[in-house]
Amino acid sequence: MMEITDQLVAVGATTLVVVLTVPVCLAVLRMIVGPGFADRFIALDMLTALAVAVAALTSVSTGRREFLDVALGVALIGFVATCAIAAFLERKGRER
Amino acid sequence: MILDLLAVVLGLAGVAFLVLAAVGVLRFPDPLQRMHASTKAGSVGAVLVLLSAMLAHATFEGVIVGGLAVLFLLLTLPVAAHLLGRAVYVSGTPLVGLRDDPLEDELERQPAPLEERILPAPLDGIGDTPDEGGHGDEPPREPISTGSR
Repeated sequence: MMEITDQLVAVGATTLVVVLTVPVCLAVLRMIVGPGFADRFIALDMLTALAVAVAALTSVSTGRREFLDVALGVALIGFVATCAIAAFLERKGRER
Repeated sequence: MILDLLAVVLGLAGVAFLVLAAVGVLRFPDPLQRMHASTKAGSVGAVLVLLSAMLAHATFEGVIVGGLAVLFLLLTLPVAAHLLGRAVYVSGTPLVGLRDDPLEDELERQPAPLEERILPAPLDGIGDTPDEGGHGDEPPREPISTGSR
């Protein structure tokens, strides 16, 4: 009984990973279209949130706990990246 | 059993939030409105999916690591969103929804967006050949305006 529900949850998580390709495609489309730097950076922010979600769902569908560590690392890198990009956008090319 | 059901429900809700956030990022007209979709709905979606993974694992380590990830996301996503939104405003990105600007006296705003300030060449005139030296007294070029927005 337990194995059946575990397998059902794993299959559901795999399905959700497949569903998550849709928002990934939408965010990538926004990153390609632009039109400015700001839009591309916002799309990158969205993609890191999606990457965290995909890592968490992968940890469910494969049953490996290590993918939760991956989610934590992606969240950390995404935070640092967004801060650096915001500093770039704010300070670069400033007229004094 | 009930934990698994709850995990599936939370995962579905989180993925729904993420899909709606991505639709908002694609369809809203200006960068701050896109951030409104991506930061709020996106962080709720990621946190719900992480909670669902914690419930599906239901082991000590999984709950600890997942809880750390949720805590970290909830602490850092507002900070990152604040920094990025401030940078969007300060860098002079055109904002459609900005009618009367309440931050006019508070923050210094650049007149043109960053890509127009640091990218050298206009993309409009790629095709035509420059005839240098033919007539030396050409008027100076018009200020660059990208026609893409």
